Amino acid sequence: MAKVVVVTSGKGGVGKTTSSAALGAALAQRGEKTVVVDFDVGLRNLDLVMGAERRVVYDIVNVIQGDAKLPQALIRDKRLDTLFLLPASQTRDKDSLTAEGVEQVMNDLKRHFDWIICDSPAGIERGATLAMRHADVAVVVTNPEVSSVRDSDRIIGLLDSKTEKAELGERMEKHLLLTRYDAVRAERGDMLKVDDVLEILSIPLLGIVPESMDVLKASNIGAPVTLADSRSAPALAYLDAARRLAGETVPMTIPGEKRGLLGKIFGRRAA
Amino acid sequence: MSIFSLFRKQSSAPMARERLQVLLAHERASVGQSDLVAILREEILAVIAKHVEIDDEKVSVKMERGEHVTTLEVDIEIPVTVTVRAA
Repeated sequence: MAKVVVVTSGKGGVGKTTSSAALGAALAQRGEKTVVVDFDVGLRNLDLVMGAERRVVYDIVNVIQGDAKLPQALIRDKRLDTLFLLPASQTRDKDSLTAEGVEQVMNDLKRHFDWIICDSPAGIERGATLAMRHADVAVVVTNPEVSSVRDSDRIIGLLDSKTEKAELGERMEKHLLLTRYDAVRAERGDMLKVDDVLEILSIPLLGIVPESMDVLKASNIGAPVTLADSRSAPALAYLDAARRLAGETVPMTIPGEKRGLLGKIFGRRAA
Repeated sequence: MSIFSLFRKQSSAPMARERLQVLLAHERASVGQSDLVAILREEILAVIAKHVEIDDEKVSVKMERGEHVTTLEVDIEIPVTVTVRAA
């Protein structure tokens, strides 16, 4: 039975696309057939982050409008044969995504995949509401920063009212993915702590991804973080998060908190 | 890290946390209420329209949240030459 996951946040630039690619790859690395769907019509970037930008021929809008069949639009990852990408259109405007069209595509994908990861655009408009519409599970990506937390709260409200699950009176499963976390700054009192954000948003924690150069490096080379260097701190955080998403119990670690004396000195200097 | 920062007591995260808690308590309540106002407006209009002809545009329903009480203000303009349908 396919599981549909929406990766959403309200605010832009918090790491939705990075997280969609990394979680998608991490699930595929477990041998489960996974597709990552870009809903950001007009501003697609998932193809670039996953290193497939030169292989895009057809996109989700082509499929919805009947110009291409779904298998023609799906791009198989070159490194992982269980990972697929369904790109968004770059030239159309966001109104070309229709509710019926998206529903049809999702139903088709459900027949062929174990995991469908929907990368939501920023905002609360059509693209974002359609991305969350058919989800079973939501991953709310949040930075430990006031505007991101506020927007996440708003998105949680929408997940509980504007989704198919909510309309059927069922409970939408929601998880918090805290990204760009800096344990040293949080400890110093200059950044919201994990517990602060959890208390304010009151949804369960899926993972804590540390602020790291490895994220930028991975996007530079066009590889999901978990594939670029599977031993880097953010990769380990995403791999653990994916295991939790799949229902495993994995102890939560706050990255960067267990430092030696040298780490403490250099960590503080660098921050 | 300078020696002076050791004496600096005010860290910013607790302030962020407090501001968010106050703001979100308000926003969560008001998101629900904007729907409530729309529902009230529609139902009040329906009741009044049964008896008098009213212009949809000339109706205002406002809700104001005070510290202790919330007031609901309904302002409906009824034309002078109104035809009262049923008393």
